[in-house]
Amino acid sequence: MVEKKVSAENINYFYGGNQALRDVSLGVPAHSVTVFFGPAGGGKTTLLRLINRLNDMVENTRMTGRILLDNKNIYDEDVDVAILRRRVGMVFALPLPLPGTIRENVTYGLKLAGMRDGHRIAEILEKSLVQAAIWDEIKDRLDSPASSLSGGQQQRLCIARSLALEPEVLLLDEPTSGLDPISTRKVEDSLQELKQLYTIIIVPHSIQQAARVADQAAFFLMGDLIEYRPGTEIFTTPRDKRTEDYITGRFG
Amino acid sequence: MDRYVKQRMGFAFLTACAIAVVAPILVVIGLIFIEGAKAVSLEFISAVPYGGMKEGGIFPAIVGTLILTVGTALASIPVGVAGTIYLAEYARDTWMTRAIRLAIVNLAGIPSIVYGLFGLGMFVLFLHMGTSILAGVLTLAIMTLPVIISTSEEALRAVPMEFRTVSASLGGTRWQGIRYIVLPQAMPGIITGIILGLLRAAGETAPILFTVAAFYLPQLPRSPFDQVMALPYHLYVISTQVPGMPMSVQYGTALVLLILVLSMNLIATVIRSYFRRRRQW
Repeated sequence: MVEKKVSAENINYFYGGNQALRDVSLGVPAHSVTVFFGPAGGGKTTLLRLINRLNDMVENTRMTGRILLDNKNIYDEDVDVAILRRRVGMVFALPLPLPGTIRENVTYGLKLAGMRDGHRIAEILEKSLVQAAIWDEIKDRLDSPASSLSGGQQQRLCIARSLALEPEVLLLDEPTSGLDPISTRKVEDSLQELKQLYTIIIVPHSIQQAARVADQAAFFLMGDLIEYRPGTEIFTTPRDKRTEDYITGRFG
Repeated sequence: MDRYVKQRMGFAFLTACAIAVVAPILVVIGLIFIEGAKAVSLEFISAVPYGGMKEGGIFPAIVGTLILTVGTALASIPVGVAGTIYLAEYARDTWMTRAIRLAIVNLAGIPSIVYGLFGLGMFVLFLHMGTSILAGVLTLAIMTLPVIISTSEEALRAVPMEFRTVSASLGGTRWQGIRYIVLPQAMPGIITGIILGLLRAAGETAPILFTVAAFYLPQLPRSPFDQVMALPYHLYVISTQVPGMPMSVQYGTALVLLILVLSMNLIATVIRSYFRRRRQW
């Protein structure tokens, strides 16, 4: 069996009285693209946000179960959440550049981590922007406001911003939902490069995208994990009726 | 009726209201400038009063008001801003914090004489500070705090939640997100709150009446336990307590107070627009 980078074990999650995840367990292998897909409200984004503990910031929620990163429960008392989030990066559905320049955006996480070495920072800046497939477009205006970029560029900037921390796992929550097809293509292409270096978990914004990028895919419905299998199988020969209905467009 | 006629009538009404708001202020300011300019001279702002305060200048009152304003700023800004950050960013939403918020909003509307009497009871008498700069500054600071806190809290809440989430997702602690993202964005609003609060403190008479203001004290203070003269109180005194006071001195004093307050406002506006220019979203 392949070593799992991230494992969820028997996750139950509640927002107030509503159960968002019901006894979900799955393992994510390293250096691959794992897709969480399904209709809205299925719990896929919730599970994603649990992997870097962003849901800690939401009041009135409750979780049972464990999430392991390299076999260590990230919800243990002795885990430093800031360091966890450096190891597990996140890109959000809407591109949200921070106030400030392109350079400031990409190096923000490094500043938070206390990095002072100017040469190293410049290196990481270029490397991250290259990996996010945006370097050529903006290398001459690194000090312009990040808000002056187009939506597609902003989203790739946000990916670069996460990559700058050299995370081990990269979580992407519908990263292309606001983008045009060409920008979407660029982001998807860069995912194939990035999975050599990182473990990628993505909530795609369409089934087509899910099928294009998935090494393995998990189908979520109303808080239940219905089916979790290699991408080449689940999209062509789904085992569960509900997965098939969703993929073929009968609901959702 | 033709809808364009209606629209013109509407505009006319709105314009009239705007004029009704602005005109009295302009008249008051204009009158003070015209009448006050006759009295204001280098001597007026640099000499001590004598001859039953009818002659000489108002230097001690100017210095007194500056000391009180700076003192109020020193006492209220750190506490106010720190308290606001706690309330807006850290405190959980409980009945307790809601009650505190409600109290702060209400405190901002309490008449200044009430603060004056509180200062008399609390600082002058109970804490034995006597009638002193310290007691006056603390009284003014307590009056200023609710204004600073309620305005600053609005400013902090106006910064989108997503910025905090992004900062956290990049490995930032909560404080780092506040320090690097939220505070710089909220700065113009916070400064507005500070200005509003301090301007009120600089111009009020009632809070300093029993806590610090001297009727006539030509020498400057040497310690925080001395009394001082202050412009608003001095203006009140020469307008109501001293018979035969020349009008020009009264107008002159009003003009100096006005200029002091307006120039503080101007400086603050410059600072605020500096921060606003740096904001990009």
